[in-house]
Amino acid sequence: MERSVLLKSPYLNHEGKILEARMLSKEEKYFKVALKGGKLLDHEPGQFVMVAIPGVGEAPLSISSSPTQLGYFELVVRKVGMFTSAMHKLEEGDQIGIRGPLGIGFPVQILEGNDLLFIAGGLGIIPLRSLINFVIDNRRDFGEVNILLGCKTPENLLFGDELEKWQKRLDVNFSCTVDRADPEWKGNVGLITSLIPGINLDRQRTFAIAVGPPVMYKYVIAELLKKDIPERQIYVSFERHMKCGVGHCGHCQIGGLYCCKNGPVFSYGKVKDNIEAL
Amino acid sequence: MNQYVVLQLSDFDDCIARMAKLQMVVAPVKRGEKSFAFEEITSGEEISIKYIPTILPPKKYFLPQNETLVEYNKRYNKWEATLYSEEFIIFGVHTCDLAGIQCLNMVFSDKPMDSNYYNRKNRILIIGLECTDYCDEYASCGLMNNQNPKGGYDLFFTELKDRFVIHVNTVQGEDLINKIALFKPADKAALEELEEIRAKKREIFKPEVNIGHNELKSLFEKSFQNDVWKDIHNRCLSCANCTNVCPTCYCYDMEDEIELDLNQGKLIRKWDSCQSRPFAMIAGGENFRPERGGRQRHRYMRKFNYPYDKYNRYFCTGCGRCSRTCMARINLKETIKALIDTAKPNTFAK
Repeated sequence: MERSVLLKSPYLNHEGKILEARMLSKEEKYFKVALKGGKLLDHEPGQFVMVAIPGVGEAPLSISSSPTQLGYFELVVRKVGMFTSAMHKLEEGDQIGIRGPLGIGFPVQILEGNDLLFIAGGLGIIPLRSLINFVIDNRRDFGEVNILLGCKTPENLLFGDELEKWQKRLDVNFSCTVDRADPEWKGNVGLITSLIPGINLDRQRTFAIAVGPPVMYKYVIAELLKKDIPERQIYVSFERHMKCGVGHCGHCQIGGLYCCKNGPVFSYGKVKDNIEAL
Repeated sequence: MNQYVVLQLSDFDDCIARMAKLQMVVAPVKRGEKSFAFEEITSGEEISIKYIPTILPPKKYFLPQNETLVEYNKRYNKWEATLYSEEFIIFGVHTCDLAGIQCLNMVFSDKPMDSNYYNRKNRILIIGLECTDYCDEYASCGLMNNQNPKGGYDLFFTELKDRFVIHVNTVQGEDLINKIALFKPADKAALEELEEIRAKKREIFKPEVNIGHNELKSLFEKSFQNDVWKDIHNRCLSCANCTNVCPTCYCYDMEDEIELDLNQGKLIRKWDSCQSRPFAMIAGGENFRPERGGRQRHRYMRKFNYPYDKYNRYFCTGCGRCSRTCMARINLKETIKALIDTAKPNTFAK
């Protein structure tokens, strides 16, 4: 066997360095990452990267920061398995490999000029935050902005300072609900679907963007359809087991679609007949 | 360039011996009573000219079971995309497996192109070999329309009465012919005999299942909710044999392997199977294809439905390996028949 070095390969990493690492909550850790030499990641909101820890492996992680934020990007990781446990051990100054940005993000050009309804369930706020902050940074290019956020308990709320800022803004309507409250909680209690009926929408020009756990989509979409929002104006982002990130390895397939290459963002119209999607 | 050349059967052993002196040659050899495998050979006697599809398809050379994609050194923060490959000749590839290689070529040239696959493939010289009759009862090359050569080779051998007639498809193939120097330009009689064989084949190879080639796609498109998958669910053992032996199954897993010094390591690619339970499982334990029936349905859809939209061809070559190897006797032809029978009457009959 002869060994040769390939100049180009979809599996080759950029070198990344962790600029900042801290716990956001009991289970989630926040990382601020920069590419070597100040190289721009140049991502779209909703895209993801494959993060490599030498000796451990690779995993797909959503980019949580908006592309309007230059010089670094942000990742937030919950500790659930082998890779994420290793990731939680990383601290400022550690090196990681970054492949990407990968996939197709939210259709920013299509959303421009329209009203937006963001629906984030649980960790769905991590990828959705990239779009929300992008919209807030380009606020005048969009119509009404509604943000609905739901999670299990007040303890699970991520990005607390940022949520407060969103809440204070006059050009953004923000509501939040938890499944189970604690004594200090003053907000809504209930599932995220309970917030949808109360919103005033112009069905012609509202785009709904929902990101959350698989079980959430069915109920949220049903509520949105009750509001008469057309199917092509509903966008979702799926989580699947991505391994290669370039549409070959087959792990993330949803019917005939590759979640990593054709998604992870899909319009509901495109996937509603796909038996493996919802 | 003579498009067709001939080789006397008596010169065949000499031809292979000369070929093996030039380069490594792999060809089908007998492994057991009804099993064959592509292995390195040095003489013509080792080759089984009559063979049923090998245990593993030639895929094992194009997409090795284990391969290094990236090598790294943590201390020097050095990452290199690497390829381990060699130049060799693969002799005796049947038309079904040629079709399989063509499918893989399409997948891995899809952007972003897989440089490991592409560079390795270009170093392999492919010599095809014609089947004049069915290999066994499992094959469905007639239905999949793969009984005749449709490109994808450098040289293509067809056995006549006392000699081979060889189609020269590429310059690389012509070079090899010239170097071996045992071939003569084909005469008219040889070409006529070849035409006779092809005419006879048209009589022998017929669609094995009563459905038109083009209707297969719509049959599978409408078969997501069919009870046939429930029956398969009850029989399938999730052993993943069917995907390992399939010439067009290319799903893989990627793993990081680090040396004991915890400094040097590599990213490797391994064959994986959509039939194994954790294949579609995500961190946290949610499994998007938890049932055996659903996974088998996915395998069939990946052969007859999805690639038809994407690459305008079926990813089943009709080689019959999945049915031959299945421990639970799940049979491709029978599955298609069952799907036709349970679909609305007359919708899919030819």
